[in-house]
Amino acid sequence: MKILVQTGAFDLGAEVDAMRQGRTDIGAIASFVGLARDMNEGSGVQAMTLEHYPGMTEKALAALVDEANTRWALLDVTVIHRVGRLLPGDPIVLVAVASSHRGEAFAACEFIMDALKTRAPFWKKEETPEGERWVDARSSDDTAAARWDT
Amino acid sequence: MKAHMLYFARLRERFGMADEHLELAGTTAADLVEQLRARGGIWAEELAAGRAFRVAVNQDVVTLDTVLPDNAEVAIFPPVTGG
Repeated sequence: MKILVQTGAFDLGAEVDAMRQGRTDIGAIASFVGLARDMNEGSGVQAMTLEHYPGMTEKALAALVDEANTRWALLDVTVIHRVGRLLPGDPIVLVAVASSHRGEAFAACEFIMDALKTRAPFWKKEETPEGERWVDARSSDDTAAARWDT
Repeated sequence: MKAHMLYFARLRERFGMADEHLELAGTTAADLVEQLRARGGIWAEELAAGRAFRVAVNQDVVTLDTVLPDNAEVAIFPPVTGG
């Protein structure tokens, strides 16, 4: 398991290669990369700044990866989330999940992203032509996370 | 009882501080929120009943009926928007 909160960019190919390195038991790696968009709530977004709660962030990410590990048979998980100022098109978050078969990898990757959106203490502030604004939480994210409550 | 308060994102900006040390008047997270509301102004507005905010004690999100341990790290922040 690898969990990182960092200001710098990440390389999806390098992260997937690192998961595969030296092992032949992995049958599937599912990955997700979230990007900063240039438009939100009808306004152009020129840049965004991501703030987080150092300490709790890593703890919350580890807790949701642990939960994924109890729900599915996973071989490895990597979560990288960037903080600081990002421009449209910049990658924000990476989740990669390795498993023996695709079903577990796909499901766990989606679960981790849904859980991250509602439980990991990150906040986005956007720069728009109308000024700066904090992004409001979306009820659709709560709905997506609640799908996994069983 | 003492608590080390942390404020994040929009609430950090509105309260005009990132952290402070508090002497607690009550025992639960709800008592603590009430103590902050009693300051009036922006505190009463942002922490009013029905406003969306989260309380974390020692880095775990808790419900307001939670009893606070002494010297807790208590964070108050808006609903999260990462990913």
